[in-house]
Amino acid sequence: MKELLILISKDILKNRTIIAFAILLFCITWSVFILEDSNEKALHTLGNLVLMVVPLISILFSTIYIYNSTEFIELLVSQPLKRKSIWMSLFAGINVSMIFALFVSIFLPILFYSPTYLGFLIMLLAIFLSAVFISLGFLSSILFKDKARGIGFSMILWLFFALIFDGLILFFLFQFSDYPIEKPMTVIAALNPIDVSRILLLTEMDNEALMGYTGALFQKQFGSIYGKMIIVCILVLWVFIPYYFSLIKFSNKDI
Amino acid sequence: MGRAFNDGTMRFEIAFVILILVPFKIWAAKYYTVANSSSSDIINTLKKVKDYDTIYIKKGHYKEGNIKISRPLTIIGLNYPIIDGELKYELISIASNDVIIKGLKLINSGHSALDDPCAIKVYNASNIVIEHNIFENNFFGIYIQEGHNCLIRNNKLNAEGINEHEIGNGIHAWKSTDLKIVANTIKGHRDGIYFEFVTHSVIWRNIAENNIRYGLHFMFSNDDAYFTNTFRANGAGVAVMYSKKVVMINNKFENNWGAAAYGLLLKDITDSTISGNHFLSNTMGILMEGSNRIEIDKNIFNSNGWALRVQASCMENKFYKNDFLNNTFDIGTNGSVVLNNFDHNYWDKYKGYDLNKDNIGDVPYRPLSLYSVIIEKNNAAMLLFRSLFITLLDRSEKIFPTITPENFIDNYPSMKANI
Repeated sequence: MKELLILISKDILKNRTIIAFAILLFCITWSVFILEDSNEKALHTLGNLVLMVVPLISILFSTIYIYNSTEFIELLVSQPLKRKSIWMSLFAGINVSMIFALFVSIFLPILFYSPTYLGFLIMLLAIFLSAVFISLGFLSSILFKDKARGIGFSMILWLFFALIFDGLILFFLFQFSDYPIEKPMTVIAALNPIDVSRILLLTEMDNEALMGYTGALFQKQFGSIYGKMIIVCILVLWVFIPYYFSLIKFSNKDI
Repeated sequence: MGRAFNDGTMRFEIAFVILILVPFKIWAAKYYTVANSSSSDIINTLKKVKDYDTIYIKKGHYKEGNIKISRPLTIIGLNYPIIDGELKYELISIASNDVIIKGLKLINSGHSALDDPCAIKVYNASNIVIEHNIFENNFFGIYIQEGHNCLIRNNKLNAEGINEHEIGNGIHAWKSTDLKIVANTIKGHRDGIYFEFVTHSVIWRNIAENNIRYGLHFMFSNDDAYFTNTFRANGAGVAVMYSKKVVMINNKFENNWGAAAYGLLLKDITDSTISGNHFLSNTMGILMEGSNRIEIDKNIFNSNGWALRVQASCMENKFYKNDFLNNTFDIGTNGSVVLNNFDHNYWDKYKGYDLNKDNIGDVPYRPLSLYSVIIEKNNAAMLLFRSLFITLLDRSEKIFPTITPENFIDNYPSMKANI
């Protein structure tokens, strides 16, 4: 399994898409730090960027990679290897190379310009979000045999978590504004990996004061150490549940 | 001699000499020096003095309870003698005109919300000068009750208040006129400076920071001016309420950050000027309620949560030539009617162009974002702060305004910062 992991990681690191992604993100991060007048503001911008770009790239890349290496996977399956370890190696390989790309593109500038708590938090969230969306990518690529459908489903997943979910929350907030809906809504928002990362960043960026009642609620629910542990648990669950389902599907699949 | 007295001209000369000497009687006032020998040095000296005498107090630690000054006097401390109230007494009570108090260190006044003990309290007096004193751990610092033409200058007031009801104000003025409050530093009191029914007064070059409630608090005080002050990190900022004709120029409002904090609160203020101020890192730069005919010009709003919150109850205010930089929201409001004017400001979020290069953007700017309207209607929508969905909504609203008030508009936005 170890050899397989190294093999896959090397293969992905040579992949042009991931190199282009790393270079692009690197340029953006670096210019954000140069253009913004304070490092803290640059971290704000970077936080927004991470919340939007990292999930999109992770889910698309992992989906496409699985589809493109169908033959390679078939070859591996014909070898005396456990399916579980094949799938796990693929997952770990993509994650490792993604973390490497993030390290070069985002972490280095952060370490150079602003090695603060907030900076490390953004790094951590970037790693978590990429893992979550790689795992979702695995699920959608195993659910559909057709590549176009699989990629389409991945994009819809991203769109859902990044945009549609928030739209629905806004809709419900206005529909049920006569009821004390704030608390249940923060809980529901926390179920979305992108929103929960955003909330964690907000509680750390001294924005609660701005946010009035909701800010106080955030601070109460997620500001404490327990709240942060809950957020981390939610993210970990988001990594493992889709991956677990894709693993079951892969183990029983007739390839 | 007899002949001389009968002489009319001679008599006139003597009268003339006496007339000249009369003012010298005042100048020849005595000097007393007090050293710290027994338990009531200052009070004993006060019994001896005549009007317009001067008392020098040598360095020492004086615990004499309440010191009452009831005639015109000058009291000067040498090397800051300590007057200690032992947390029981009001330190100095002034009930006479023309008193000067200088160079004292006043500590530990009583703490009681019942009779408001102060370090120095002025009772119905004029021409009082309080300068170069140090105040530490007092309930109220300086309390002017019906004072007129008083000068409070270069004092340092320090307290360590924790709760609003357990500490008094730094400089408190009630029903007074013609006060000059200059270059004081006030920390850790309830309100840094408090004005109630005070008119025709000036507050200049003071620094109020880390006070529990407001840096400066105005109530029913007309025709006053405050300029070149710094109000930093106070509990709720500066509040100017129920007053007319207040001039606020060149002040700094910084770091008033908290759930109910603001740089400057204007409540029922009319015919005032707010010019050349700097609002930096406040939750709200200016919060306006029921305020009319105020000219707000050439101010800088930088890195605030809301730069301005103008409630719909405000009318005929003019906001012009201000700079709005790095604010999360430039403007918030709670209604759809806008009766104020916002022209010629610089908005860093403005994305328009200027074809004829006259530094005025060719496209009008709408400073009110859709999201700030949404929040006003439903505060829980703050849940979506900084979300991609909200950013997109805001962008589309800027292009096709549908929900934000139509006339909330800067018709002549500046292309470059005005200041």
